[in-house]
Amino acid sequence: MRIGVVTFPGSLDDRDALRAVRLAGGEGVSLWHGDHDLKDVDAVILPGGFSYGDYLRCGAIARFAPVMTEVVAAAQGGMPVLGICNGFQILCESHLLPGALIRNDHRTFICRDQVLEVENADTAWTRAYSAGQHITIPLKNGEGGFVADAATLDRLEGEGQVVFRYVGGNPNGSLRDIAGITNERGNVVGLMPHPEHAVEDLCGPGTDGLGFFVSAVQAFTAA
Amino acid sequence: MARIIVDVMPKPEILDPQGKAVHGALPRLGFEGVTDVRQGKRFELEVASADAATLAEVEQIAGTLLSNPVIEDFTVRVEG
Repeated sequence: MRIGVVTFPGSLDDRDALRAVRLAGGEGVSLWHGDHDLKDVDAVILPGGFSYGDYLRCGAIARFAPVMTEVVAAAQGGMPVLGICNGFQILCESHLLPGALIRNDHRTFICRDQVLEVENADTAWTRAYSAGQHITIPLKNGEGGFVADAATLDRLEGEGQVVFRYVGGNPNGSLRDIAGITNERGNVVGLMPHPEHAVEDLCGPGTDGLGFFVSAVQAFTAA
Repeated sequence: MARIIVDVMPKPEILDPQGKAVHGALPRLGFEGVTDVRQGKRFELEVASADAATLAEVEQIAGTLLSNPVIEDFTVRVEG
């Protein structure tokens, strides 16, 4: 099971994502933003950070990076793709996921351990969890407010495409407390909090984030 | 040479925290008469000529890269 992690100029959490993949039993493969090459990976992670300095809008320029041509095509073909924080912003800018992320309503950067409720445990990245389960993973963002028009929000909720909701207070003004969503097929998932920072007891709030990577790895080892 | 201006603004229904921050600073400076502030972006594109084909291309640029249609509106005009 090879899981690629894309490094853009300004990515921060690509190393942690690769490490999380390894801890889950997968093979982490570094992908470069400037290459039209996914190196035969089985899944792709777009990591957190500040790609292209967050210039223009978060994720707006990364969306047009060469490697994204292949990522978008693979995602549309059913490959599991996970976008974390800046990666979530890139997925929304790429229209692989609906909605957009805007500046936090309280205008300040927030960094804290965040409780999430898993609402959809049937996606490529959440099968190791159970619906209704609460997990605690770090959240750190300045532009994490999820917005979409009411019709889109109704559709996301009606079709079970809300994967995570914030529990214990909304940290950034996200509409309907939405922390993460998936596409109709369930192979593309994006969320603002950082599961890759909660994979070892030594660092972070525990190992609740490991399930993301275990989900993807198990999907392929079982197949 | 011609200059084409693209103005990008957050949609009216989208929260604009930056505009709110600017608005909140005004009373501290003694300006009391402003009831709201919305903050957007202005792009100046230099082109050889502002003909119909170029304007159509700029519309496309504005809709795909300069703005995100989910949260922003844009206008395109020729300066001068």
